[in-house]
Amino acid sequence: MTDTAQQQSPAQKAMDHAAIDDSITSRQEMTGLGAMLRTQPFWVFVAILMLGLVMSFVSDAFMTERNMFNISRNMAFFGIMALGMSAVICTAGIDLSVGSLLGLAGINLALVLQAGWSVEVGFLACVGTAIIVGLINGILIAYLRLAPFVVTLGMLAMARSIAMVISNNKMVYEFGPDQDVFENIGGGSMMGVPNVVWVLTAMTLIFLWIWRYTQWGRWVIAIGGNPQAAKLSGIPVERVIVSVYVVCSLCTGIAAFMFIGYTGSATNAMGATYELNVISATVIGGANLMGGVVYALGAPIGAALVELIRNSLLLAGIPALWQQFFVGLFLILAVLLEQIRNRGGK
Amino acid sequence: MSLLDLKGITKSFGAIHALNGVDLSIAPGEAVGLMGDNGAGKSTLMKIIAGNFPPTRGQILIEGEAVLFHKPIDARNSGIEIVYQDLALCDNLTAAANVFLGREERTGIWPFRKLDHAAMTKRAGELFAELKSETRPRDLVRQMSGGQRQAVAIARTRLSDPKLVLMDEPTAAISVRQVAEVLNLIKRLKDTGHAVILVSHRMPDVFDVCDRVAVLRRGTKVADKPITQTTPEEVTGLIIGAIEAA
Repeated sequence: MTDTAQQQSPAQKAMDHAAIDDSITSRQEMTGLGAMLRTQPFWVFVAILMLGLVMSFVSDAFMTERNMFNISRNMAFFGIMALGMSAVICTAGIDLSVGSLLGLAGINLALVLQAGWSVEVGFLACVGTAIIVGLINGILIAYLRLAPFVVTLGMLAMARSIAMVISNNKMVYEFGPDQDVFENIGGGSMMGVPNVVWVLTAMTLIFLWIWRYTQWGRWVIAIGGNPQAAKLSGIPVERVIVSVYVVCSLCTGIAAFMFIGYTGSATNAMGATYELNVISATVIGGANLMGGVVYALGAPIGAALVELIRNSLLLAGIPALWQQFFVGLFLILAVLLEQIRNRGGK
Repeated sequence: MSLLDLKGITKSFGAIHALNGVDLSIAPGEAVGLMGDNGAGKSTLMKIIAGNFPPTRGQILIEGEAVLFHKPIDARNSGIEIVYQDLALCDNLTAAANVFLGREERTGIWPFRKLDHAAMTKRAGELFAELKSETRPRDLVRQMSGGQRQAVAIARTRLSDPKLVLMDEPTAAISVRQVAEVLNLIKRLKDTGHAVILVSHRMPDVFDVCDRVAVLRRGTKVADKPITQTTPEEVTGLIIGAIEAA
Protein backbone atom coordinates (compact mmCIF):
# COMPACT_ATOMS: atom_id res chain seq x y z
CA MET A 1 0.00 0.00 0.00
CA THR A 2 2.81 2.37 0.83
CA ASP A 3 4.27 1.64 -2.57
CA THR A 4 1.30 3.00 -4.39
CA ALA A 5 1.04 6.01 -2.11
CA GLN A 6 4.63 6.96 -2.82
CA GLN A 7 4.22 6.65 -6.52
CA GLN A 8 1.14 8.80 -6.50
CA SER A 9 2.84 12.11 -5.80
CA PRO A 10 5.57 12.17 -8.47
CA ALA A 11 3.01 10.85 -10.91
CA GLN A 12 0.73 13.71 -10.01
CA LYS A 13 3.51 16.22 -10.55
CA ALA A 14 4.42 14.67 -13.88
CA MET A 15 0.81 14.98 -14.92
CA ASP A 16 1.07 18.75 -14.62
CA HIS A 17 4.07 18.79 -16.92
CA ALA A 18 2.27 16.59 -19.38
CA ALA A 19 -0.69 18.93 -19.33
CA ILE A 20 1.49 21.96 -20.05
CA ASP A 21 3.36 20.10 -22.74
CA ASP A 22 0.15 19.11 -24.43
CA SER A 23 -1.43 22.52 -24.24
CA ILE A 24 1.56 23.85 -26.15
CA THR A 25 1.55 21.18 -28.82
CA SER A 26 -2.17 21.48 -29.37
CA ARG A 27 -1.96 25.20 -29.98
CA GLN A 28 -1.48 24.60 -33.70
CA GLU A 29 -5.04 24.81 -34.81
CA MET A 30 -5.25 26.24 -38.29
CA THR A 31 -7.60 28.86 -39.57
CA GLY A 32 -9.49 28.27 -42.80
CA LEU A 33 -7.11 30.51 -44.72
CA GLY A 34 -4.06 28.89 -43.15
CA ALA A 35 -5.33 25.46 -44.10
CA MET A 36 -5.88 26.59 -47.66
CA LEU A 37 -2.40 28.07 -47.91
CA ARG A 38 -0.93 24.74 -46.93
CA THR A 39 -2.60 22.76 -49.69
CA GLN A 40 -0.84 21.99 -52.93
CA PRO A 41 -3.84 22.72 -55.21
CA PHE A 42 -3.78 26.32 -54.00
CA TRP A 43 -0.14 26.82 -54.98
CA VAL A 44 -0.62 25.06 -58.31
CA PHE A 45 -3.54 27.39 -58.91
CA VAL A 46 -1.25 30.35 -58.21
CA ALA A 47 1.24 28.86 -60.69
CA ILE A 48 -1.53 28.62 -63.30
CA LEU A 49 -2.43 32.28 -62.82
CA MET A 50 1.21 33.32 -63.12
CA LEU A 51 1.81 31.20 -66.21
CA GLY A 52 -1.38 32.66 -67.71
CA LEU A 53 -0.19 36.17 -66.96
CA VAL A 54 3.19 35.57 -68.59
CA MET A 55 1.58 33.92 -71.60
CA SER A 56 -0.82 36.81 -72.15
CA PHE A 57 2.27 38.98 -72.79
CA VAL A 58 4.14 36.37 -74.84
CA SER A 59 1.32 35.53 -77.23
CA ASP A 60 -1.68 37.52 -78.42
CA ALA A 61 -3.46 34.29 -79.27
CA PHE A 62 -3.40 33.10 -75.65
CA MET A 63 -6.10 35.23 -74.05
CA THR A 64 -8.60 34.68 -76.85
CA GLU A 65 -11.96 33.09 -76.26
CA ARG A 66 -11.12 30.37 -78.77
CA ASN A 67 -7.92 29.39 -77.00
CA MET A 68 -9.55 29.40 -73.56
CA PHE A 69 -12.34 27.19 -74.95
CA ASN A 70 -9.76 24.74 -76.32
CA ILE A 71 -7.67 24.65 -73.16
CA SER A 72 -10.67 24.06 -70.92
CA ARG A 73 -12.01 21.33 -73.19
CA ASN A 74 -8.70 19.52 -73.57
CA MET A 75 -7.99 19.60 -69.85
CA ALA A 76 -11.48 18.37 -68.95
CA PHE A 77 -10.89 14.84 -70.32
CA PHE A 78 -7.79 14.47 -68.18
CA GLY A 79 -9.50 16.17 -65.25
CA ILE A 80 -12.35 13.64 -65.24
CA MET A 81 -9.89 10.75 -65.30
CA ALA A 82 -7.73 12.40 -62.64
CA LEU A 83 -10.73 12.62 -60.26
CA GLY A 84 -10.88 8.83 -60.26
CA MET A 85 -7.11 8.48 -60.16
CA SER A 86 -7.07 10.67 -57.02
CA ALA A 87 -9.16 8.06 -55.22
CA VAL A 88 -6.80 5.25 -56.24
CA ILE A 89 -3.68 7.20 -55.31
CA CYS A 90 -5.27 8.12 -51.97
CA THR A 91 -5.19 4.42 -51.04
CA ALA A 92 -1.48 4.36 -51.97
CA GLY A 93 -2.34 2.50 -55.16
CA ILE A 94 -1.88 3.39 -58.81
CA ASP A 95 -3.85 2.67 -61.97
CA LEU A 96 -1.68 2.53 -65.08
CA SER A 97 -4.43 1.03 -67.20
CA VAL A 98 -6.55 4.19 -67.65
CA GLY A 99 -5.10 5.05 -71.06
CA SER A 100 -5.71 1.57 -72.46
CA LEU A 101 -9.13 1.46 -70.86
CA LEU A 102 -10.02 4.71 -72.59
CA GLY A 103 -9.18 2.99 -75.88
CA LEU A 104 -11.05 -0.23 -75.05
CA ALA A 105 -14.17 1.49 -73.69
CA GLY A 106 -14.11 3.83 -76.70
CA ILE A 107 -13.91 0.95 -79.19
CA ASN A 108 -16.73 -0.94 -77.47
CA LEU A 109 -18.84 2.22 -77.44
CA ALA A 110 -18.14 2.92 -81.11
CA LEU A 111 -18.90 -0.64 -82.21
CA VAL A 112 -22.18 -0.71 -80.29
CA LEU A 113 -23.23 2.58 -81.87
CA GLN A 114 -22.10 1.44 -85.31
CA ALA A 115 -24.26 -1.66 -84.92
CA GLY A 116 -27.25 0.65 -84.72
CA TRP A 117 -27.92 0.82 -81.01
CA SER A 118 -29.03 4.04 -79.34
CA VAL A 119 -26.68 6.40 -77.56
CA GLU A 120 -27.99 5.24 -74.15
CA VAL A 121 -27.00 1.64 -74.91
CA GLY A 122 -23.65 2.91 -76.13
CA PHE A 123 -23.13 4.74 -72.86
CA LEU A 124 -23.96 1.60 -70.88
CA ALA A 125 -21.53 -0.46 -73.00
CA CYS A 126 -18.80 2.13 -72.43
CA VAL A 127 -19.36 2.40 -68.69
CA GLY A 128 -19.95 -1.35 -68.37
CA THR A 129 -16.57 -2.07 -69.97
CA ALA A 130 -14.97 0.32 -67.51
CA ILE A 131 -16.67 -1.27 -64.50
CA ILE A 132 -15.58 -4.77 -65.53
CA VAL A 133 -11.96 -3.67 -65.97
CA GLY A 134 -12.10 -1.83 -62.63
CA LEU A 135 -13.51 -4.91 -60.90
CA ILE A 136 -10.76 -7.13 -62.31
CA ASN A 137 -8.07 -4.67 -61.23
CA GLY A 138 -9.63 -4.19 -57.80
CA ILE A 139 -10.21 -7.85 -57.01
CA LEU A 140 -6.67 -8.84 -58.02
CA ILE A 141 -5.25 -6.03 -55.88
CA ALA A 142 -7.52 -6.28 -52.83
CA TYR A 143 -8.14 -10.00 -52.45
CA LEU A 144 -5.11 -11.60 -54.11
CA ARG A 145 -2.89 -8.83 -52.72
CA LEU A 146 -0.98 -8.28 -55.95
CA ALA A 147 0.89 -5.01 -56.31
CA PRO A 148 -1.29 -2.34 -57.97
CA PHE A 149 1.62 -1.33 -60.21
CA VAL A 150 1.96 -4.83 -61.69
CA VAL A 151 -1.75 -5.59 -61.99
CA THR A 152 -2.57 -2.35 -63.78
CA LEU A 153 0.55 -2.58 -65.94
CA GLY A 154 -0.65 -5.99 -67.05
CA MET A 155 -4.12 -4.53 -67.64
CA LEU A 156 -2.53 -1.72 -69.68
CA ALA A 157 -1.20 -4.31 -72.12
CA MET A 158 -4.25 -6.59 -72.06
CA ALA A 159 -6.91 -3.89 -72.48
CA ARG A 160 -5.01 -2.39 -75.41
CA SER A 161 -4.67 -5.78 -77.05
CA ILE A 162 -8.36 -6.60 -76.57
CA ALA A 163 -9.25 -3.23 -78.11
CA MET A 164 -7.19 -4.16 -81.20
CA VAL A 165 -8.76 -7.61 -81.42
CA ILE A 166 -12.33 -6.37 -81.05
CA SER A 167 -11.89 -3.56 -83.55
CA ASN A 168 -10.00 -5.82 -85.91
CA ASN A 169 -7.46 -3.02 -85.94
CA LYS A 170 -9.82 -0.72 -87.81
CA MET A 171 -10.95 2.82 -87.16
CA VAL A 172 -14.65 3.43 -86.40
CA TYR A 173 -16.25 6.70 -87.45
CA GLU A 174 -19.82 5.60 -88.24
CA PHE A 175 -21.91 5.92 -85.11
CA GLY A 176 -25.28 4.74 -86.37
CA PRO A 177 -28.64 6.52 -86.11
CA ASP A 178 -27.69 8.54 -83.02
CA GLN A 179 -24.44 9.87 -84.51
CA ASP A 180 -25.48 13.53 -84.32
CA VAL A 181 -26.77 13.32 -80.76
CA PHE A 182 -23.67 11.43 -79.68
CA GLU A 183 -21.18 13.78 -81.31
CA ASN A 184 -23.08 16.74 -79.94
CA ILE A 185 -22.82 15.46 -76.37
CA GLY A 186 -19.05 15.02 -76.56
CA GLY A 187 -18.16 17.89 -78.85
CA GLY A 188 -20.87 20.46 -78.24
CA SER A 189 -21.13 23.27 -75.77
CA MET A 190 -23.65 24.99 -73.57
CA MET A 191 -23.54 28.71 -72.77
CA GLY A 192 -20.18 28.96 -74.48
CA VAL A 193 -18.64 26.27 -72.30
CA PRO A 194 -17.81 22.82 -73.71
CA ASN A 195 -20.11 20.05 -72.47
CA VAL A 196 -17.18 18.05 -71.18
CA VAL A 197 -16.24 20.97 -68.94
CA TRP A 198 -19.75 20.92 -67.48
CA VAL A 199 -19.32 17.20 -66.83
CA LEU A 200 -15.98 17.85 -65.15
CA THR A 201 -17.54 20.61 -63.03
CA ALA A 202 -20.42 18.42 -61.93
CA MET A 203 -18.13 15.50 -61.14
CA THR A 204 -15.73 17.72 -59.20
CA LEU A 205 -18.63 18.96 -57.07
CA ILE A 206 -19.74 15.37 -56.50
CA PHE A 207 -16.23 14.39 -55.44
CA LEU A 208 -15.98 17.43 -53.16
CA TRP A 209 -19.10 16.11 -51.44
CA ILE A 210 -17.76 12.54 -51.40
CA TRP A 211 -14.46 13.42 -49.74
CA ARG A 212 -16.02 15.75 -47.23
CA TYR A 213 -19.31 14.13 -46.34
CA THR A 214 -19.50 10.42 -47.17
CA GLN A 215 -18.50 7.46 -45.11
CA TRP A 216 -17.00 5.85 -48.19
CA GLY A 217 -14.77 8.88 -48.69
CA ARG A 218 -13.71 8.84 -45.06
CA TRP A 219 -12.88 5.14 -45.31
CA VAL A 220 -10.79 5.60 -48.46
CA ILE A 221 -8.75 8.32 -46.74
CA ALA A 222 -8.39 6.15 -43.62
CA ILE A 223 -7.13 3.19 -45.68
CA GLY A 224 -4.59 5.49 -47.30
CA GLY A 225 -3.43 6.66 -43.88
CA ASN A 226 -3.13 3.31 -42.13
CA PRO A 227 -4.66 0.18 -43.68
CA GLN A 228 -4.08 -1.91 -40.54
CA ALA A 229 -5.90 0.62 -38.36
CA ALA A 230 -8.72 0.76 -40.87
CA LYS A 231 -8.99 -3.02 -40.82
CA LEU A 232 -9.00 -3.16 -37.01
CA SER A 233 -11.70 -0.48 -36.92
CA GLY A 234 -13.99 -2.84 -38.78
CA ILE A 235 -13.78 -1.10 -42.16
CA PRO A 236 -14.24 -3.63 -45.00
CA VAL A 237 -10.86 -2.69 -46.48
CA GLU A 238 -10.90 -5.17 -49.38
CA ARG A 239 -14.32 -4.11 -50.60
CA VAL A 240 -13.44 -0.42 -50.37
CA ILE A 241 -10.25 -0.98 -52.39
CA VAL A 242 -12.18 -2.82 -55.11
CA SER A 243 -14.68 0.05 -55.20
CA VAL A 244 -11.87 2.59 -55.55
CA TYR A 245 -10.56 0.90 -58.72
CA VAL A 246 -14.10 0.66 -60.06
CA VAL A 247 -14.62 4.38 -59.42
CA CYS A 248 -11.35 5.19 -61.20
CA SER A 249 -12.34 3.08 -64.21
CA LEU A 250 -15.83 4.56 -64.19
CA CYS A 251 -14.38 8.06 -64.48
CA THR A 252 -12.27 6.85 -67.40
CA GLY A 253 -15.38 5.33 -68.98
CA ILE A 254 -17.22 8.64 -68.75
CA ALA A 255 -14.18 10.44 -70.19
CA ALA A 256 -14.10 7.89 -73.05
CA PHE A 257 -17.76 8.53 -73.85
CA MET A 258 -17.17 12.27 -74.11
CA PHE A 259 -13.82 11.88 -75.89
CA ILE A 260 -15.07 9.67 -78.73
CA GLY A 261 -17.99 12.01 -79.27
CA TYR A 262 -15.60 14.94 -79.45
CA THR A 263 -13.05 13.39 -81.80
CA GLY A 264 -15.75 11.78 -83.96
CA SER A 265 -13.79 8.58 -84.45
CA ALA A 266 -12.52 5.69 -82.38
CA THR A 267 -9.17 4.05 -83.00
CA ASN A 268 -7.65 1.36 -80.86
CA ALA A 269 -4.56 3.52 -80.25
CA MET A 270 -6.70 6.08 -78.47
CA GLY A 271 -5.53 7.03 -75.00
CA ALA A 272 -2.02 5.60 -75.38
CA THR A 273 0.33 7.25 -72.84
CA TYR A 274 -2.62 9.10 -71.29
CA GLU A 275 -1.79 7.42 -68.01
CA LEU A 276 1.26 9.68 -67.85
CA ASN A 277 -0.85 12.82 -68.18
CA VAL A 278 -3.54 11.62 -65.79
CA ILE A 279 -1.11 10.56 -63.09
CA SER A 280 0.87 13.78 -63.59
CA ALA A 281 -2.30 15.86 -63.24
CA THR A 282 -3.26 13.99 -60.09
CA VAL A 283 0.15 14.31 -58.46
CA ILE A 284 0.59 17.95 -59.52
CA GLY A 285 -2.87 18.51 -58.02
CA GLY A 286 -1.56 17.44 -54.61
CA ALA A 287 -2.12 13.69 -54.39
CA ASN A 288 0.60 11.90 -52.47
CA LEU A 289 1.75 8.56 -53.90
CA MET A 290 2.25 7.33 -50.32
CA GLY A 291 -1.51 7.63 -49.88
CA GLY A 292 -3.82 9.33 -47.42
CA VAL A 293 -4.12 12.66 -49.21
CA VAL A 294 -6.86 13.63 -51.60
CA TYR A 295 -8.28 16.88 -52.95
CA ALA A 296 -11.26 16.95 -55.30
CA LEU A 297 -10.11 20.29 -56.66
CA GLY A 298 -6.60 18.94 -57.20
CA ALA A 299 -7.65 16.87 -60.22
CA PRO A 300 -9.01 19.71 -62.40
CA ILE A 301 -6.31 22.10 -61.21
CA GLY A 302 -3.54 19.60 -61.96
CA ALA A 303 -5.07 18.79 -65.35
CA ALA A 304 -5.35 22.51 -66.10
CA LEU A 305 -1.66 23.05 -65.41
CA VAL A 306 -0.63 20.11 -67.61
CA GLU A 307 -2.79 21.38 -70.46
CA LEU A 308 -1.63 24.95 -69.95
CA ILE A 309 1.99 23.86 -70.25
CA ARG A 310 1.18 22.10 -73.52
CA ASN A 311 -0.72 25.09 -74.85
CA SER A 312 1.91 27.60 -73.77
CA LEU A 313 4.73 25.69 -75.47
CA LEU A 314 2.70 25.58 -78.64
CA LEU A 315 1.93 29.30 -78.61
CA ALA A 316 5.48 30.22 -77.63
CA GLY A 317 6.67 28.46 -80.76
CA ILE A 318 8.58 25.70 -78.98
CA PRO A 319 8.48 22.44 -80.99
CA ALA A 320 5.75 20.03 -79.89
CA LEU A 321 8.44 17.39 -79.34
CA TRP A 322 9.23 19.14 -76.07
CA GLN A 323 5.76 18.68 -74.60
CA GLN A 324 6.26 15.40 -72.77
CA PHE A 325 9.54 16.70 -71.40
CA PHE A 326 7.81 19.55 -69.63
CA VAL A 327 4.94 17.40 -68.36
CA GLY A 328 7.50 15.06 -66.85
CA LEU A 329 9.50 17.95 -65.46
CA PHE A 330 6.49 19.43 -63.70
CA LEU A 331 5.59 16.01 -62.32
CA ILE A 332 9.02 15.77 -60.70
CA LEU A 333 8.80 19.36 -59.47
CA ALA A 334 5.42 18.63 -57.87
CA VAL A 335 6.82 15.68 -55.94
CA LEU A 336 9.82 17.80 -54.93
CA LEU A 337 7.52 20.57 -53.70
CA GLU A 338 5.56 18.02 -51.67
CA GLN A 339 8.82 16.80 -50.09
CA ILE A 340 9.94 20.29 -49.16
CA ARG A 341 6.58 21.19 -47.65
CA ASN A 342 6.55 18.00 -45.59
CA ARG A 343 10.01 18.71 -44.24
CA GLY A 344 9.21 22.30 -43.37
CA GLY A 345 5.66 22.24 -42.08
CA LYS A 346 5.49 19.41 -39.62
CA MET B 1 -20.76 -12.31 -10.88
CA SER B 2 -17.63 -11.83 -12.83
CA LEU B 3 -17.64 -9.99 -16.09
CA LEU B 4 -15.22 -12.18 -17.98
CA ASP B 5 -14.33 -15.77 -17.18
CA LEU B 6 -11.66 -17.70 -18.97
CA LYS B 7 -11.78 -21.43 -18.21
CA GLY B 8 -8.97 -23.76 -19.10
CA ILE B 9 -7.84 -21.77 -22.12
CA THR B 10 -5.33 -23.79 -24.12
CA LYS B 11 -3.81 -22.74 -27.40
CA SER B 12 -1.49 -24.86 -29.47
CA PHE B 13 0.27 -23.90 -32.63
CA GLY B 14 1.25 -27.30 -33.96
CA ALA B 15 3.50 -28.88 -31.36
CA ILE B 16 3.97 -25.64 -29.45
CA HIS B 17 1.67 -25.02 -26.50
CA ALA B 18 1.41 -21.27 -26.22
CA LEU B 19 -1.17 -21.48 -23.44
CA ASN B 20 -1.86 -24.32 -21.07
CA GLY B 21 -5.19 -24.35 -19.24
CA VAL B 22 -5.28 -20.72 -18.17
CA ASP B 23 -8.14 -19.57 -15.92
CA LEU B 24 -8.78 -15.90 -15.37
CA SER B 25 -11.75 -13.93 -14.15
CA ILE B 26 -12.38 -10.22 -14.00
CA ALA B 27 -15.08 -8.31 -12.13
CA PRO B 28 -16.66 -5.07 -13.36
CA GLY B 29 -14.56 -2.03 -12.53
CA GLU B 30 -11.54 -4.17 -11.81
CA ALA B 31 -8.13 -3.67 -13.36
CA VAL B 32 -5.97 -6.73 -13.81
CA GLY B 33 -2.33 -6.53 -14.75
CA LEU B 34 -1.24 -9.34 -17.00
CA MET B 35 2.49 -9.84 -16.74
CA GLY B 36 5.03 -12.26 -18.06
CA ASP B 37 8.27 -12.44 -19.97
CA ASN B 38 8.43 -12.41 -23.76
CA GLY B 39 6.92 -15.62 -25.06
CA ALA B 40 5.05 -16.34 -21.84
CA GLY B 41 1.75 -16.28 -23.70
CA LYS B 42 0.47 -12.78 -22.88
CA SER B 43 -0.21 -11.73 -26.45
CA THR B 44 -1.71 -15.11 -27.31
CA LEU B 45 -4.14 -14.74 -24.44
CA MET B 46 -4.93 -11.16 -25.45
CA LYS B 47 -5.57 -12.22 -29.02
CA ILE B 48 -7.94 -14.96 -27.88
CA ILE B 49 -9.94 -12.48 -25.77
CA ALA B 50 -9.87 -9.98 -28.64
CA GLY B 51 -11.23 -12.56 -31.07
CA ASN B 52 -8.21 -12.72 -33.37
CA PHE B 53 -8.26 -16.52 -33.12
CA PRO B 54 -10.20 -19.08 -31.08
CA PRO B 55 -8.60 -21.17 -28.31
CA THR B 56 -7.75 -24.79 -29.05
CA ARG B 57 -9.56 -25.80 -25.87
CA GLY B 58 -11.30 -23.92 -23.11
CA GLN B 59 -14.19 -21.54 -22.72
CA ILE B 60 -14.76 -17.82 -22.68
CA LEU B 61 -17.71 -16.66 -20.59
CA ILE B 62 -19.02 -13.12 -20.59
CA GLU B 63 -21.35 -12.42 -17.69
CA GLY B 64 -21.82 -16.15 -17.29
CA GLU B 65 -22.60 -16.88 -20.93
CA ALA B 66 -20.28 -18.83 -23.18
CA VAL B 67 -19.20 -16.89 -26.26
CA LEU B 68 -17.33 -17.84 -29.39
CA PHE B 69 -15.32 -15.20 -31.21
CA HIS B 70 -14.44 -15.74 -34.86
CA LYS B 71 -13.14 -12.28 -35.59
CA PRO B 72 -12.39 -9.08 -33.68
CA ILE B 73 -15.76 -7.57 -34.52
CA ASP B 74 -17.46 -10.40 -32.55
CA ALA B 75 -15.50 -9.47 -29.46
CA ARG B 76 -16.38 -5.83 -29.92
CA ASN B 77 -20.06 -6.70 -30.20
CA SER B 78 -19.75 -8.55 -26.90
CA GLY B 79 -18.48 -5.42 -25.19
CA ILE B 80 -14.74 -5.92 -25.45
CA GLU B 81 -12.66 -3.08 -26.84
CA ILE B 82 -8.96 -3.23 -27.53
CA VAL B 83 -6.28 -0.58 -27.41
CA TYR B 84 -3.54 -1.93 -29.63
CA GLN B 85 0.11 -1.51 -28.82
CA ASP B 86 0.76 0.48 -32.00
CA LEU B 87 -2.52 2.34 -31.28
CA ALA B 88 -3.91 1.67 -34.76
CA LEU B 89 -4.67 5.31 -35.57
CA CYS B 90 -4.78 7.05 -38.92
CA ASP B 91 -2.25 9.88 -38.80
CA ASN B 92 -3.85 11.76 -41.66
CA LEU B 93 -7.23 12.09 -39.95
CA THR B 94 -8.37 14.27 -37.07
CA ALA B 95 -8.78 13.01 -33.53
CA ALA B 96 -12.56 13.00 -33.88
CA ALA B 97 -12.37 11.09 -37.17
CA ASN B 98 -10.18 8.47 -35.52
CA VAL B 99 -12.50 8.09 -32.54
CA PHE B 100 -15.41 7.38 -34.89
CA LEU B 101 -13.45 5.41 -37.50
CA GLY B 102 -15.55 2.57 -38.91
CA ARG B 103 -18.69 3.71 -37.05
CA GLU B 104 -19.16 7.24 -38.28
CA GLU B 105 -22.32 9.06 -37.34
CA ARG B 106 -24.44 10.23 -40.25
CA THR B 107 -27.48 12.37 -40.78
CA GLY B 108 -29.94 12.90 -43.61
CA ILE B 109 -31.46 10.38 -45.95
CA TRP B 110 -29.89 8.60 -48.91
CA PRO B 111 -28.51 9.79 -51.32
CA PHE B 112 -27.84 12.89 -49.26
CA ARG B 113 -26.72 10.96 -46.22
CA LYS B 114 -23.66 12.69 -44.92
CA LEU B 115 -21.18 12.47 -42.10
CA ASP B 116 -22.38 14.36 -39.06
CA HIS B 117 -19.15 16.25 -38.41
CA ALA B 118 -20.71 18.50 -35.76
CA ALA B 119 -22.07 15.62 -33.68
CA MET B 120 -18.87 13.60 -33.95
CA THR B 121 -16.67 16.54 -32.99
CA LYS B 122 -18.90 17.31 -30.01
CA ARG B 123 -19.00 13.71 -28.78
CA ALA B 124 -15.25 13.29 -29.23
CA GLY B 125 -14.71 16.50 -27.27
CA GLU B 126 -16.88 15.16 -24.46
CA LEU B 127 -14.95 11.90 -24.38
CA PHE B 128 -11.62 13.75 -24.19
CA ALA B 129 -13.03 15.94 -21.41
CA GLU B 130 -14.14 12.86 -19.48
CA LEU B 131 -10.63 11.51 -19.83
CA LYS B 132 -9.36 14.90 -18.69
CA SER B 133 -7.12 14.98 -21.71
CA GLU B 134 -6.25 18.15 -23.54
CA THR B 135 -6.83 16.62 -26.92
CA ARG B 136 -8.72 18.68 -29.42
CA PRO B 137 -11.13 16.84 -31.71
CA ARG B 138 -10.21 18.83 -34.81
CA ASP B 139 -6.44 18.39 -34.57
CA LEU B 140 -4.70 15.93 -36.84
CA VAL B 141 -3.34 12.89 -35.07
CA ARG B 142 -0.05 13.40 -36.92
CA GLN B 143 0.63 16.47 -34.80
CA MET B 144 -0.09 14.79 -31.47
CA SER B 145 2.11 13.70 -28.61
CA GLY B 146 2.22 10.08 -27.50
CA GLY B 147 -0.07 10.84 -24.57
CA GLN B 148 -2.65 12.51 -26.75
CA ARG B 149 -2.57 9.60 -29.17
CA GLN B 150 -3.25 7.27 -26.24
CA ALA B 151 -6.19 9.45 -25.28
CA VAL B 152 -7.56 9.12 -28.81
CA ALA B 153 -7.10 5.34 -28.75
CA ILE B 154 -8.78 5.09 -25.35
CA ALA B 155 -11.61 7.47 -26.32
CA ARG B 156 -12.29 5.13 -29.26
CA THR B 157 -12.97 2.28 -26.87
CA ARG B 158 -15.42 4.37 -24.85
CA LEU B 159 -17.65 5.12 -27.80
CA SER B 160 -19.58 1.91 -27.38
CA ASP B 161 -19.37 1.95 -23.56
CA PRO B 162 -17.63 -1.43 -23.44
CA LYS B 163 -17.58 -3.75 -20.45
CA LEU B 164 -13.93 -4.58 -20.78
CA VAL B 165 -11.00 -2.69 -22.22
CA LEU B 166 -7.89 -4.63 -23.21
CA MET B 167 -4.73 -2.55 -23.28
CA ASP B 168 -1.61 -3.95 -24.86
CA GLU B 169 1.51 -2.19 -23.58
CA PRO B 170 -0.09 1.26 -23.54
CA THR B 171 2.97 2.81 -21.91
CA ALA B 172 5.68 1.10 -23.91
CA ALA B 173 6.49 3.70 -26.53
CA ILE B 174 5.89 7.02 -24.80
CA SER B 175 7.87 9.42 -22.67
CA VAL B 176 7.96 9.22 -18.88
CA ARG B 177 5.76 12.28 -18.53
CA GLN B 178 3.10 10.90 -20.80
CA VAL B 179 3.06 7.60 -18.94
CA ALA B 180 1.55 9.40 -15.96
CA GLU B 181 -1.14 10.81 -18.18
CA VAL B 182 -2.00 7.39 -19.59
CA LEU B 183 -2.16 5.86 -16.12
CA ASN B 184 -4.62 8.58 -15.18
CA LEU B 185 -6.70 7.65 -18.20
CA ILE B 186 -6.79 4.04 -17.03
CA LYS B 187 -7.90 5.13 -13.56
CA ARG B 188 -10.67 7.15 -15.15
CA LEU B 189 -11.83 4.01 -16.99
CA LYS B 190 -11.96 2.11 -13.69
CA ASP B 191 -13.85 4.92 -11.97
CA THR B 192 -16.55 4.69 -14.61
CA GLY B 193 -17.02 0.98 -13.97
CA HIS B 194 -15.04 -0.45 -16.87
CA ALA B 195 -12.96 -3.54 -16.35
CA VAL B 196 -9.41 -3.23 -17.66
CA ILE B 197 -6.81 -5.80 -18.59
CA LEU B 198 -3.44 -4.16 -18.74
CA VAL B 199 -0.65 -6.04 -20.45
CA SER B 200 2.60 -4.42 -19.49
CA HIS B 201 6.26 -4.95 -18.93
CA ARG B 202 6.47 -1.99 -16.61
CA MET B 203 6.16 -3.02 -12.99
CA PRO B 204 5.44 0.48 -11.57
CA ASP B 205 2.53 1.00 -13.96
CA VAL B 206 0.87 -2.24 -12.96
CA PHE B 207 1.34 -1.52 -9.28
CA ASP B 208 0.00 2.00 -9.74
CA VAL B 209 -3.32 1.27 -11.44
CA CYS B 210 -4.15 -2.43 -11.10
CA ASP B 211 -6.15 -4.18 -8.38
CA ARG B 212 -4.84 -7.60 -9.20
CA VAL B 213 -1.85 -9.03 -10.99
CA ALA B 214 -1.77 -12.28 -12.96
CA VAL B 215 1.57 -13.71 -14.01
CA LEU B 216 2.07 -16.05 -16.96
CA ARG B 217 5.14 -18.17 -17.42
CA ARG B 218 5.57 -20.58 -20.32
CA GLY B 219 1.87 -20.59 -21.07
CA THR B 220 0.73 -21.32 -17.54
CA LYS B 221 -0.68 -18.96 -14.96
CA VAL B 222 1.68 -19.09 -11.98
CA ALA B 223 0.14 -16.36 -9.83
CA ASP B 224 -3.04 -14.35 -9.48
CA LYS B 225 -3.28 -12.21 -6.39
CA PRO B 226 -4.37 -8.78 -5.18
CA ILE B 227 -1.77 -6.11 -5.69
CA THR B 228 -1.80 -5.31 -1.96
CA GLN B 229 -0.61 -8.82 -1.10
CA THR B 230 2.40 -8.85 -3.34
CA THR B 231 5.48 -6.83 -4.11
CA PRO B 232 7.34 -5.94 -7.30
CA GLU B 233 10.14 -8.23 -6.13
CA GLU B 234 7.82 -11.19 -5.80
CA VAL B 235 6.25 -10.54 -9.22
CA THR B 236 9.68 -10.26 -10.83
CA GLY B 237 10.63 -13.57 -9.24
CA LEU B 238 7.46 -15.14 -10.62
CA ILE B 239 8.05 -13.80 -14.10
CA ILE B 240 11.60 -15.06 -14.41
CA GLY B 241 10.89 -18.29 -12.58
CA ALA B 242 12.96 -17.66 -9.45
CA ILE B 243 9.73 -18.19 -7.53
CA GLU B 244 7.83 -21.23 -8.77
CA ALA B 245 4.27 -20.09 -7.99
CA ALA B 246 2.30 -17.92 -5.62
